Amino acid sequence: MTAERLVLNAQLAQMLKGGVIMDVTTPEQAIIAEEVGAVAVMALERVPADIRSEGGVARMSDPGLIQAIQAAVSIPVMAKVRIGHFVEAQLLEALKIDYIDESEVLTPADEESHIDKTRFSIPFVCGARNLGEACRRIAEGAAMIRTKGEAGTGNVVEAVRHMRTMNREIRTLHHMPREELTGFCKDQGLPYEVALKVREAGRLPVVNFAAGGIATPADAALMIQLGCDGVFVGSGIFKSGDPARRAAAIVQATTYADDPEKILEVSAGLGEPMAGIEIPSIPKEARLAERGW
Amino acid sequence: MSGIIGVLALQGGVVEHLAHLAALGLPARRVRQAADFEGLTGLILPGGESTCLSRLLRRYGLDREIAAGLRAGLKLWGTCAGAILLAREVVGETASLGLMDIRVQRNAFGSQLDSFNRTLQVPAVAPEPIPLTFIRAPKILHLGTAVSPLLEIDDYCAAAEDRDILVTVFHPELTPSLAFHRYFAGKCGIPLPPREDAPADWQADSWVDYAPIPCHPRHAAGGAGRGRSAG
Repeated sequence: MTAERLVLNAQLAQMLKGGVIMDVTTPEQAIIAEEVGAVAVMALERVPADIRSEGGVARMSDPGLIQAIQAAVSIPVMAKVRIGHFVEAQLLEALKIDYIDESEVLTPADEESHIDKTRFSIPFVCGARNLGEACRRIAEGAAMIRTKGEAGTGNVVEAVRHMRTMNREIRTLHHMPREELTGFCKDQGLPYEVALKVREAGRLPVVNFAAGGIATPADAALMIQLGCDGVFVGSGIFKSGDPARRAAAIVQATTYADDPEKILEVSAGLGEPMAGIEIPSIPKEARLAERGW
Repeated sequence: MSGIIGVLALQGGVVEHLAHLAALGLPARRVRQAADFEGLTGLILPGGESTCLSRLLRRYGLDREIAAGLRAGLKLWGTCAGAILLAREVVGETASLGLMDIRVQRNAFGSQLDSFNRTLQVPAVAPEPIPLTFIRAPKILHLGTAVSPLLEIDDYCAAAEDRDILVTVFHPELTPSLAFHRYFAGKCGIPLPPREDAPADWQADSWVDYAPIPCHPRHAAGGAGRGRSAG
């Protein structure tokens, strides 16, 4: 990836700011998502809640399904590859989708290395639980970051934890004397060049969305008020009672995140949210956020 | 004339426009509800996703505010998705605001792999060549009689204007050039500040200054300015 291409890819993410990216499993769902105001869709065979309950190895979706979703909408289409599976990424680049999510929601293909994203022209978004992970992914060529949260749970607690952790670490770095930076980078596994940029800007140099467990308009607004640039909603929409209405409400709550009256108005009578899962009830080895390093 | 330029702040590239307006010393405001239109001279409709923006405009009645503003002399500038919102005709889709007599094709170049930069001369806007950033850009395919082209490339028009509205399918707010923001200020009748370029330290990620994390000292102070921490 040339430096110019990397900037263009980060700039596409800038145009998604303040928006909601929705997981969809069929062209029909993609059309609903576009119609209610999603800024992009994530094309998947199974939403994280189903991956979690059905188990087995989760891989890149069928290219035929991704193509059908691409044909159905004009908004950007994203799709997931397994961590480290650079051939799945090559396939998605050949499909000319708009963004690749190197995602912990799928079963990792490599437990040591993430994809070298600088070798691609297509943009990548990657998950992170903290500043170190975010900066390592940026150093590998990610043009967008999202908090991992705990996908498929309908429980926002991990997304909040990851965002607060990242913000706390950024504030620490921002106020740090420069001579302390090297030691901080060593302890946190932070790439120095990226850390320098974060320290100067007081935030990540790329767009940072929230993901993993967002199920209600209030959840989306919470993540925006915590400083995310936008939100991914996975299982929370099409696993709920009235997906179109809930999706529209989440879009509106994301735009008017600091206006409780508007969020109140869109939150009433939305029907059943997806059933949630308490994090402690998930065995440690089944926690998706632990995947990646 | 108050000289305030608004940036429609529903979704998309809002802070990038605010940063450019600030670099020119122009008073600016985020516009998200009817009350925000009070005293505006111009309004920028930024890039983002046009379906998302059009749904929010309609849901909160801002489409009517924009149309009423235009009738009362408000100047409009749509970049990328903003240009799609303003078009009277959108290929294969229902038009949104439909305020300008142009036909556009959404996402006309292909996928993100087909996004690109060009540097071209736009004589009406600036004497020097200007960097232009096209991201999943639309094309303007047809101009009505009251609309004049500002930049034509190959088989399409990339920038155009009528008496009250400017449209660009590219993103001047993603480049260091202030030329189009200066041009729009002129269209709004705002006295032009002395000619100056973007800050010498402008980088592609300069927008981050306007999107700080919460509890950030600059956020508390209003978030403006390209401050540097001591260290």
